[in-house]
Amino acid sequence: MSDEYKRITPPLTDDVVADLRIGDKVLITGYIYTARDSAHKRLVELIKKGEPLPFDIKGQIIYYVGPAPAKPGYVIGSAGPTTSYRMDPYTPPLLELGLKGMIGKGQRGKEVKEAMKKYKAVYFEAVGGAGALLARRIKSVEIVAYEDLGPEAIRKLYVEDFPVIVANDMYGGDLFLEGKSRYRKVG
Amino acid sequence: MREIEYDLIVETVKNLAIEANSVLDEDMYKVLEEAYEKEESPTGKEVLKQILENDKIAKTEMIPICQDTGTAVMFVEVGEEVVVKGGHLKDALYEGVRRGYVDGYLRKSMVKDPLRRVNTGDNTPPIIHFDIVPGDKLKIMFAPKGGGSENMSVAKLFAPAAGREGIKKFVVDVVDQAGGNPCPPIIVGVGIGGNFEMSAILAKKSLFRKIGERHPDPFYAELELEILEEVNKLGIGPMGLGGTVTALDVHIEYYPCHIASLPVAVNIQCHANRHKVAIL
Ligand code: SF4
Repeated sequence: MSDEYKRITPPLTDDVVADLRIGDKVLITGYIYTARDSAHKRLVELIKKGEPLPFDIKGQIIYYVGPAPAKPGYVIGSAGPTTSYRMDPYTPPLLELGLKGMIGKGQRGKEVKEAMKKYKAVYFEAVGGAGALLARRIKSVEIVAYEDLGPEAIRKLYVEDFPVIVANDMYGGDLFLEGKSRYRKVG
Repeated sequence: MREIEYDLIVETVKNLAIEANSVLDEDMYKVLEEAYEKEESPTGKEVLKQILENDKIAKTEMIPICQDTGTAVMFVEVGEEVVVKGGHLKDALYEGVRRGYVDGYLRKSMVKDPLRRVNTGDNTPPIIHFDIVPGDKLKIMFAPKGGGSENMSVAKLFAPAAGREGIKKFVVDVVDQAGGNPCPPIIVGVGIGGNFEMSAILAKKSLFRKIGERHPDPFYAELELEILEEVNKLGIGPMGLGGTVTALDVHIEYYPCHIASLPVAVNIQCHANRHKVAIL
C-alpha cells in the first residue's frame, strides 16, 4: 500500500488493471459512465436479447451514482457513490462484455468477485457521503441513454482527478476482508 | 395563547432542510478531525481526509454533503399554548419540506408506496413524531436520514433475561453485520425499553444528541462507552476498508417497559450526521 496516487484514464487495458492492487489510491481522469439499478436492469435485458448496448462498454468504468440536482452554475449536484451490492446480479454479464472497472461503495458478492478475476476487472470504492467533493471533480455531464429514468439515466461524465481506492483487484484481493481482519481486535 | 404564523413555520422548515443537508454541527467537524488523528489505517486516514474536505466544501458552497438528502424526519414539540395562524401545523411542515427539497436542489428520495415505487417528486411526506409539551414554543428537530445507514438498522424484542450483556452483544453484532454499508464512521443510536415502536423512536431520537455527550444516568453512560469500545475493535474502519475508527459515538435512550419485555432498537447513522433544530 503506497502513499502515492496512481493515475489512470479509461478505456482501461488489461495491463492497467493488472497494476492495480487493493488499497491503492487512484485518481481517474477521463470519461466514465453512470448507471444504477434500473439502468443495469435494462442493459442486461439488451444483452439477453442479443442487442447492442447504448455505449461501447469495452474497457470502460461504470460509476454507481444517482446525483442530486445541480444548483444553477454547477454541472452536477452532489454525486457520491451508492451501495454496490444491488448491482451484483447484473454485473457478471457486463464484465463478460469487457467492462473493466466499477465505482461504488460497500462489498461485492462472490459471483462478482469471481467474474472480476475471470475477466480482469477492478472495483473501486469512492467515499460514500463525499458527494460534494466528488461532484467537484466532475467537469461535464452528458446523457447517453434512458433519459426517462431521471437521476438514474446513463450519463457520460468527464472527471478530473476523481479519487477512489481499489477495494477488489483482479487477483481476488478484497480490501473489506483484509482491512477488517488486519485491524480486528476481537474474534 | 401564542400565535405562530403558518408562513413562518414553512420558511423555518425549508431552511432547516437546506441547512441540515449542507452544514454539520460544529462538534462533527471536530470529532472527524480527531478521528483522522486517531485512525491507524492509512486507507482509513485517506477516507477521513476526503470526508473532512467534503464537509468543508459542502458548508462553504451550501451544497449537500451527500447526494442522498434523505427522508425528512422531524421530532416536533408543540407547546400547549401555541396556535398556528393561517393554516394547519402539519400542512406547514409538509410545505416546508417541499420547498426545501425543490427550491434547495436536494434529491427527492420518497416513493408513493413501498411496492409500486413511484417518486412523489418533492420528498414529501416527511416522517413526523409529535409531542405536546407545556409552554408557548414550537420546537422542530429536523434530520435528513439517508437510506444506506437506515437500511442497516435493526429492532429486536428480547426476553428480560438477555440483560445488559445480551444487549451489548446484539448492538455490536448489528454494527459488525452492517460493515461498510452505512458509511462508517457511524453513530450508533440505541433505544432500549418502551415497546416495539417506542424502542425505534428512542433510537432515532438519540441521534440528535451531541457527539461525546453521555447519558445523564451513569449506568447507561457506562454502557455507551463499553459498546463504543467494543465496536471500535471490530476493525471495520472508515467506509469498511479496515481501521480503528468504526463509530464516533454510541447514544442510548431508554424508557420504562412491560415486565415481560426488553425491546431494543439500533438505528445507525452515517458520518453525514445531519440534523438541525429550530425553536419558534
Ligand atoms: S449512508 Fe449516509 S453518507 Fe452514506 S450515502 Fe447514505 S446518506 Fe450518504
